Amino acid sequence: MSIETTSIETTNNETTSIETSSKPVPHEALSDTTLTNNTTVSSPNSDENILSRPDLMLIERWIQPDARVLDLGCGNGLLLHHLMTHKNSHCYGLEINPNKITACLARGVSVIEQDLNAGLGNFRQNQFDTVIMSQTIQAVQYPASLLEEMLHIGRTGIVSFPNFGHWRIRLHLALGGRMPISESLPYEWHNTPNIHLCTLGDFENLCRQLRFRILDKHVVDIHYTSRPWHNLLPNVFGEFALYHITRN
Amino acid sequence: MKIMDKADPDPFVSAPDATRLHTASDSVGLVTPKLAHFDTPLQLKCGRSLPNFTLIYETYGTLNETKSNALLICHALSGNHHAAGYHQPTDSKPGWWDTFIGPGKPIDTTRYFVVALNNLGGCHGSTGPNQVNPETQKPWGPHFPIVTVEDWVHAQAWLADHLGIDCFAAIVGGSMGGMQALQWSISYPQRLRHAIIIASAAKLSAQNIAFNEIARQAILSDPEFHNGHYYAHNCHPRRGLILARMLGHVTYLSDHAMRLKFGRELKSGALQFDYSADFQVESYLRYQGEVFSEHFDANTYLLMTKALDYYDPAASTQNDLATALAPAQCRFLIVSFTSDWRFAPERSREISNALVAAGKCTSHVEIEAPQGHDAFLLKVPRYMDVVGTYLRRVADEH
Repeated sequence: MSIETTSIETTNNETTSIETSSKPVPHEALSDTTLTNNTTVSSPNSDENILSRPDLMLIERWIQPDARVLDLGCGNGLLLHHLMTHKNSHCYGLEINPNKITACLARGVSVIEQDLNAGLGNFRQNQFDTVIMSQTIQAVQYPASLLEEMLHIGRTGIVSFPNFGHWRIRLHLALGGRMPISESLPYEWHNTPNIHLCTLGDFENLCRQLRFRILDKHVVDIHYTSRPWHNLLPNVFGEFALYHITRN
Repeated sequence: MKIMDKADPDPFVSAPDATRLHTASDSVGLVTPKLAHFDTPLQLKCGRSLPNFTLIYETYGTLNETKSNALLICHALSGNHHAAGYHQPTDSKPGWWDTFIGPGKPIDTTRYFVVALNNLGGCHGSTGPNQVNPETQKPWGPHFPIVTVEDWVHAQAWLADHLGIDCFAAIVGGSMGGMQALQWSISYPQRLRHAIIIASAAKLSAQNIAFNEIARQAILSDPEFHNGHYYAHNCHPRRGLILARMLGHVTYLSDHAMRLKFGRELKSGALQFDYSADFQVESYLRYQGEVFSEHFDANTYLLMTKALDYYDPAASTQNDLATALAPAQCRFLIVSFTSDWRFAPERSREISNALVAAGKCTSHVEIEAPQGHDAFLLKVPRYMDVVGTYLRRVADEH
């Protein structure tokens, strides 16, 4: 299975590959017909910049200076390049999309061609300070074992994913009786790469089972903005969630 | 013995128009090999030393003022110093890695000063078994010391001194050449900024050593080998060398590539019911062996395969490659090919895992390619793109 990365592409050749992208692409123009509304449209020719990626800005806050970082599904290396230059991080990314790997190489980001579904057994225990899995967990075959491996090779983990408990999704299924399609989850049930969707409640429950401790979390909307009501009923109003986790 | 029919043209190699190839805009054009003589004894890993030696090399491109754009090419088993361009306007074939080296190519000679040499023990002009030993005034033959990857790297460092290069921007090698690039990062960590290690391994597997041993036995058991003194007998163990090359060649191709290229196609349309070459694949291997035996020295072949077998930088660090790589300071690009079973992707994975464990900056790209080990010499688009992108970034650094 191919796991695409989370990165929101702004280069010409990659914005055309929406259909093969396996992640929800939260705030990029999606010309896909499955989308019912296309609100935020950012120019595909705009310079890629971490500032245009609030999700990555949120992740950055949890990275300590000089940290050893592994990004599972690093995309075109935008986040890692930013961490290298701004936080002096020692970074590696895993990626399987050839174009994105080349983009990493062009940026000087260390990238390793590796399929997450084959596991992380090639890394050593506590080799990293932080292992990041951004918008990827819902697309892997064995999320629980991958999470365990993450926190075996890393002291802390950062996981972000779309919340399947969002009220609009609940409503879509409850009233429409059909699998939800939304801006954050633009696929039909039969062609979605997102095979392990979960709600915030599901994820936190799994963390308890795996004996993980949640250090911090951000619950945000599709633009990665946090609103007061997100904290009031996160599992109902949050569209995306980012968790900072560690072993108990 | 001539095991190929004389009338056989090589049906697999097209004969290009050989008059103006060197004038192509992406060719380095006509090149002239140079010699570097060294009169200081070189201590070898085997305990012996070479009192003096010569290396033959070629260069492409121009060394910049700060001498920061030098790139060293390390050759594989059958390679040599002629990596790109043409020696004569009438040459029908360029150097062995011309697809990669030239203006605008992945190893861009408008940006890099490229150095390619024939390793010590080689048979194309550097000091080796087929050269005269100054002490005896006879060919070295089997008395030439068994040189190792480490010895080659030391000799290459001397060549760098000779050329006034303190630090290479990058050292690039495929297969056995990759071992040299890896060893550079350990032996001379200050003298390279990047190592590009292609279709290589940090040590050979038992299966790989086994193939080398069969190749050696083919040569050693040839009646014309004369214990390596065949020069004095005015002959050459061609049959042994042909067999060695035929075996090697099979291991450089994938099953898939051979099916595509030959299938079960017959040479003359019908089975001959004798031991001539019925199938195209037989004819091809015989031809490749023939050609190879005409320009390669058997003693060099023995020596190079031994150097391959012996290489194991982790042997001195309790078999922990990460510890062996601890001195390295350069950044690495590891490239492997999916269908390569002679230097399988797993061997490259061992290198990249050890580099990550040692905290070194490394990238590893696994190219989907059906051609087997040979892919590293071929125009595989993604492979060329990856190496070109990486080296453009390196060139932009300084």
